[in-house]
Amino acid sequence: MHYFLSEEQQMIVDICRQIVEERIVPVRAELDEKSIFPKDIIDEIGKSDLFRLFIPEAYGGMGTGIFEVCLATEELSRGCLSVATSYAASGLGFIPIIVMGSEEQKQKYLPELAEGKKIAAFGLTEPEAGSDAGSIRTRAAKDGDFYILNGTKQWITNGGEADIYTIFAVTNPGRGARGVSAFIVEKGTEGFEFGKKEDKLGIRASATRELIFTDCKIPSQNMLGSEGMGFITAMRTFDQSRPAVGAQGVGVAQAALEVALDYAKVRKQFGVPISSFQAIQHMLADMATQVEAARSLVYHAAKVIDSGEKNVAKLSAMSKMYASDVAMKVTIDAIQVLGGYGYMKEYPVEKMMRDAKILQIYEGTNQIQRNVIALELIKRGVL
Amino acid sequence: MENIFRIIVCIKQVPGTTEIKINPQTNTLVREGIETVINPFDTYAIEEGVRVKERIQQSGEAAEVTAITMGPPQSESILREAIALGADKAILLSDRAFAGADTWATALTLKKAVKKIEGWRLIILGKQTLDGDTGQVGPELAHMLNIPFIGYASSIEEISFQKITVKRLAEDRYETFEVRLPAAVSVGKDINIPRVPSLRGKLKAKNETIPVWRAVDVELDEKDAGLPGSYTQVIKIFTPKHTYEVKMIEGGPDEQADELFKKLKQLSIV
Amino acid sequence: MYDAIEITGKLARINDNCIFCGACIDACKFKSIEITGIPEQDFDFSGYEGVMVFIEQHQGSVAEVSYELLSEGRKLADTLGTKLYGILPGYDLKERIADIFCYGIDRLYIAENEIFKNNIDDIYSKILVQAINRYRPDIFLGGATSFGRTLLPKVAAIIKTGLTADCTELSIDPDKKILLQTRPTFGGNILATIITRNARPQMATVRPHVMAKAAINQPDNNRTDNYLKYAGKIEFLKFDPLNFKTKYKLLSQEKESGQSINLTDYDVIVSGGRGIGGPDNFALIKELADVLGGVVGASRAAVDSNWISYPHQVGQTGKTVNPKVYIACGISGAIQHLAGMQTSDIVIAINKDPYAPIFKIANYGLVGDLFEIIPRLIKKIKSGKSSI
Repeated sequence: MHYFLSEEQQMIVDICRQIVEERIVPVRAELDEKSIFPKDIIDEIGKSDLFRLFIPEAYGGMGTGIFEVCLATEELSRGCLSVATSYAASGLGFIPIIVMGSEEQKQKYLPELAEGKKIAAFGLTEPEAGSDAGSIRTRAAKDGDFYILNGTKQWITNGGEADIYTIFAVTNPGRGARGVSAFIVEKGTEGFEFGKKEDKLGIRASATRELIFTDCKIPSQNMLGSEGMGFITAMRTFDQSRPAVGAQGVGVAQAALEVALDYAKVRKQFGVPISSFQAIQHMLADMATQVEAARSLVYHAAKVIDSGEKNVAKLSAMSKMYASDVAMKVTIDAIQVLGGYGYMKEYPVEKMMRDAKILQIYEGTNQIQRNVIALELIKRGVL
Repeated sequence: MENIFRIIVCIKQVPGTTEIKINPQTNTLVREGIETVINPFDTYAIEEGVRVKERIQQSGEAAEVTAITMGPPQSESILREAIALGADKAILLSDRAFAGADTWATALTLKKAVKKIEGWRLIILGKQTLDGDTGQVGPELAHMLNIPFIGYASSIEEISFQKITVKRLAEDRYETFEVRLPAAVSVGKDINIPRVPSLRGKLKAKNETIPVWRAVDVELDEKDAGLPGSYTQVIKIFTPKHTYEVKMIEGGPDEQADELFKKLKQLSIV
Repeated sequence: MYDAIEITGKLARINDNCIFCGACIDACKFKSIEITGIPEQDFDFSGYEGVMVFIEQHQGSVAEVSYELLSEGRKLADTLGTKLYGILPGYDLKERIADIFCYGIDRLYIAENEIFKNNIDDIYSKILVQAINRYRPDIFLGGATSFGRTLLPKVAAIIKTGLTADCTELSIDPDKKILLQTRPTFGGNILATIITRNARPQMATVRPHVMAKAAINQPDNNRTDNYLKYAGKIEFLKFDPLNFKTKYKLLSQEKESGQSINLTDYDVIVSGGRGIGGPDNFALIKELADVLGGVVGASRAAVDSNWISYPHQVGQTGKTVNPKVYIACGISGAIQHLAGMQTSDIVIAINKDPYAPIFKIANYGLVGDLFEIIPRLIKKIKSGKSSI
């Protein structure tokens, strides 16, 4: 399939493909069953320079764009969504530093993240604040040259495994979203602890934990931007990261489609392969078309973002929403094509379906995405 | 005089034979479309070389890995692979005069090339090639360079500018040897897990200019290279004839299992 | 494959890329390519005589392959009408002398000293070179054990002679009276016959279990007067141990822990390949191996996929085996695999693909689903009777 990739882009795909075949596929079922964080694989991903894709050259990155990040994320997702999520979530965790950080902050944190020596996590969601991110309660009270953090974050991907956390907390109560600021908090800081590790339906190898802040004292140099800039930081971050979530959807859908197709060609019923039945053929045709359409939308959004265009929120949200919906549909249909075998853990599709569901929920539920798209349409028009 | 720990990794291009097809009419191997690949054990050698480099660098010293191969011009592709996997430099030894070399002539050619590289401390090779699989070039090369050789290393326990400690597996026991550098070591699959190429490595590999050394460049007389310089020579290549006919056991699984059981009984295996 | 042949008009020309791989022989439609013929020797080797075998031992225990080589060496010596010699460096050797003489050796050269207590390359190579230079054998054979594979190339390099490794067949050319060394080559379905030209001795190594050990009469158990009994046929080499310097410092030796399997100890091997499909299904293979009193083997594909560990791997890059019965299940028969088991006494192959190469070398072939056949076979073996 020729997607007109440059040689360097093809190299990225080849490296990820090798990691998928040699490192991910042999162990993914076990990591999923036992909920084991894929540390060795993430290390390997780091050594292959794949975290550098997010980061500007001045800080040890490759100077590539979201397009390349999506290429890597899609390919890794074909292997296992837990691994891809751990990879993409680290990006989500340090993109705030890229969009809002000072020169000192970038020099301090990005190089090690680029090398893959450390990974990051994004801490926004709380028990009482999911879609309603503006009503987070974690408090960052100013105290001289420090801020004291108190509160709990919930369902944080890479929680416990990451070294660098971007935490959103209220610095100015009573101002709603405009009273939120973003901070860099390092693992090991006194007063920063981890709560339980969640037992999930899918992406089970991805580490999801509570972050608990109890009078956690952090220097004010760790604030990203100035007070009240937290929300904008988060929104700008999501604009960049959402296509990567879309890419995850494309990757897992592609993988499920491949399994369904191979199976349909081999499985015989009534004396013929089931791929000769029109019912199956139509399902496969729809699945393939959806994957192709999702892929086009994701990479189109990525290209627009990389071109420097400012108003990308709508396209970004569309790519995340559409591709994640496609992923859910295609993985469910893949199970249907495999019939009884699709339901068994012995075959990889049931895991793909369980994994795909999260894509419709995190980084802004698809309902929130639709809100974003609609508001952008109304504000700026169709194009 | 710089103090760089230079590591030389000798690699070879071999046919990739995982897809075997036999022509049912002629009963021979179908060779068309079989690609050439880097000898699988050499990937482990490159990885070990890069790891040794990293260990030396961690101790604060400089180190460098050079990959070298003796082969036809298209062997250049495996040198680029080596760079993508972390080798810093590569050299292609290629000359018509080298063709037909047995392990002696190959070792001699490599020796001449190694002599042209300054400051090398360690030579690493894959334990054997997939096509020749004699594993002889390593020990012969080491002898010609007057350095010790340790084969089938399962781990390099310690390494410094002066010494190396290697653990190797003999048939039924592990032996740990210490030798002074320079030395040569061959490795198998148990020594490490080769890394996936890095993006920067691949880009470097793509752009690298790889020097080609001919016989004259390494001061090797043509009569000492290739077939003329070999002590052994292939005089015949043939397909083995099988003196027995295979007896197919037909039928459904029940009949086959039954027939097989009877055969095993006849052979006094059950 | 190497783009080495250029065709201009009707003439094929071999260019720089040729590496003598032999692919062209099969490929040529006119069958007009041949790499053949024994070239004239330039040297007079009349001063060399006899077949000498390096008898390898470790701390008094002689390697089986040495007996296999003595058996083969005796045949070669008989063909040439010459003598069979053994060279045995070692320490604390008295126990094994009787066994060695059962294989028809004419003369045994012994170098006994503490310096040979451990298998060190440069110590052993020095004594072997000394023996070769002194006694000038025409042919010198050694086992391709892990020690042999590094020791013998060093000896060959010091002497400056040719060495052919892993021979599957050794014979004497009736006209030229030289050693024809045959081995598999190029990973293909091809054998190559090699000769040593312009140098002596003609050196070759053979892997364990490839050649047959001659059936011998039991050596007598009275070992105390072994040296006396064979006195006329034993010669102790003279050497100065102080002259034997080594570059190797042996820091430690540990027996390999009991975890590893030695496939070569078993008479029955049941092997699984790609057709097994996954690690859990190897349980079926193990069950069959267990009821037959055998052990589980595997193809490289299965080991590379991490379905089973490396000690079980049979093949060119794994173990070479020749059990009484080798049952290949779901193994296609890649050449690397065949190289490791084709000398088994009986080969039974079970594979879904009727064109799988393994059927070419099997004694019995079953085209079918191993997951259907094997459980039924196990059931029959367990119940001990046939239903037909």
